[in-house]
Amino acid sequence: MSKYITARSKRFSFLIEKKTLFTSLILIFITMAIMSVSIGVGELYISPLDVIKSLTGTGAGINNVVIHEFRLPRILIAVIAGASLSLAGAILQGIIRNPLASPDMLGITSGAGFAAVTFITVFSSQSNNLTVSIGYLPVAAVTGAFLMGALIYLLAWKRGISPVRLILIGVGLMTAAQALTTLMIVLGPIYAAPQATIWLTGTVYATNWKDVYSLLPWFLILTPLLLAFARKLNVQELGDDVSASLGHSVNKNRFLLLLISTALAGSAVAFTGAIGFVGLVGPHIARRLVGSSFGALLPVSGFLGAIIVLLADLAGRTIFSPLEVPAGVFTAAIGAPYFIYLLFKNHG
Amino acid sequence: MSILETESLTLSYGKKPVIQDLNLSIPKGEITVLIGSNGCGKSTLLRSMARLLAPEEGAILLNGKDIAKRSTKDVAKELAILPQGPVAPEGLTVLQLVKQGRYPYQSWLKQWSRKDEQAVTQALKATNMLEFAERSVDSLSGGQRQRAWIAMTLAQGTETILLDEPTTYLDMTHQIEILDLLFELNAREKRTIVMVLHDLNLACRYAHHLVAIQNHSVAAQGCPEDIMNEKLVADVFHMPCKIIEDPLFGTPMCIPYGKGRIAKNGLPTAQYA
Repeated sequence: MSKYITARSKRFSFLIEKKTLFTSLILIFITMAIMSVSIGVGELYISPLDVIKSLTGTGAGINNVVIHEFRLPRILIAVIAGASLSLAGAILQGIIRNPLASPDMLGITSGAGFAAVTFITVFSSQSNNLTVSIGYLPVAAVTGAFLMGALIYLLAWKRGISPVRLILIGVGLMTAAQALTTLMIVLGPIYAAPQATIWLTGTVYATNWKDVYSLLPWFLILTPLLLAFARKLNVQELGDDVSASLGHSVNKNRFLLLLISTALAGSAVAFTGAIGFVGLVGPHIARRLVGSSFGALLPVSGFLGAIIVLLADLAGRTIFSPLEVPAGVFTAAIGAPYFIYLLFKNHG
Repeated sequence: MSILETESLTLSYGKKPVIQDLNLSIPKGEITVLIGSNGCGKSTLLRSMARLLAPEEGAILLNGKDIAKRSTKDVAKELAILPQGPVAPEGLTVLQLVKQGRYPYQSWLKQWSRKDEQAVTQALKATNMLEFAERSVDSLSGGQRQRAWIAMTLAQGTETILLDEPTTYLDMTHQIEILDLLFELNAREKRTIVMVLHDLNLACRYAHHLVAIQNHSVAAQGCPEDIMNEKLVADVFHMPCKIIEDPLFGTPMCIPYGKGRIAKNGLPTAQYA
């Protein structure tokens, strides 16, 4: 049993796999490393030494502005949004008991997308400026995500929620929301289209500290709550009958978990746009690394999601420099083939 | 003495009644086996006794108390059910699976108490799964996998265990292995076991108490030697057969009539044909 650490006191007791701790530490290190690189590179290259100087408050003018005003909030949003999306996917894969489930597959992201595009279309002016504050765009997106979550839940309800109904209704509504979104772009003014498309692809470009402060509370509240749910997810994944036999309230917990997942995914895409595939790929790689137990799966999924979006953003800023490519292009470029690989593997 | 009772129980799927006005008592500390033809409602009855299916009418009493009125977590400490053909998530290890059996005793801060550890180790030992603890469930053979699931229900530490066709999909060797394991558990720890089995001969061998379900109700119940006869099998399974004594155990053994190759002349098969 040397593979485990048993932590016990009067108040708590846990069995922790050493592999999980080890993997988490490595992933934290990788996240920090990419963050440091990310702060330095871009249109304006800043040497690591100057980065440290600037971060410790002794840097020069232009470096300070670039780092503190542009890159730092952007990188933090990438980390938080990536982790949130990946966690949201891990939850859905647990409640639906299918590795192909993710917030984009289930239509939650599409609900947010429809709301966001409607917002952009309705409130764009001829001069391509918004007629209301851009600050309301995340509000619209979150609302869209929650309305979609509620709609999926209501339509899937039939004396309880069965995972199969949930995914079928989800996929159906996702398609419907995407069709409506396209319709909105086609019918809307032409000048709103590029902005809508960028939102639908997902980017952390031009995020600021206000965004960070708006997104952070969601993450800080939802993540600890979710970790408390880890053991419920574990038991839920054994199937409805087994978990009910173990004294688990299947429907109540499925509702709460769906709510947490919607809140995580909805809040993330509200500030980044519909970055896709993170919620699919993150938890899946995590499963490869640390197995199926959610106590390990959740933190590792979170770190991986952060790393994926960080890398996607870094690639988007550097590969075609000085042109900026939205991070969502890169997550899709990795995610889509991965999805096909998963489909094939599941058939085999 | 009975540990589990149904009180004028009516169950239905949709509008179709499956079990009607059933009063059944499960004897404490014994092995009870439910038999019946496909779709007769034996699995439904088992599921309802484990509160996985709410009764249309009537009640299920566990130790004299209505299970519908008790907290589901409390019931989980007294009664466990292993459904038919459970599927473990990909990559889940045996230890992680068996740990789940402790769910009703845990809270989010207490997930691995000394008691949990003891119960899990004991369950792994009793099922001979200790050496497989670190293996992933999906990499095991059918028999080992079923043992892992039984270990999980054992870790739940309940006095009563219900199993829905625990030997389905297993070859003969592993069927006997699983049934022997359950038999020993009952003999050693006096746990009450209720299971659905399809093989009548094995049912007669392992059951102290046999319950034949037919036509929404119980056709016969009691010690296999007392109730098992050709008429019962004809009534319940609509199948003519000859009942003989198992040459090894002396329990009733059912030989179905039908077509087939005849190796020696003058056997009763010919009469039937």
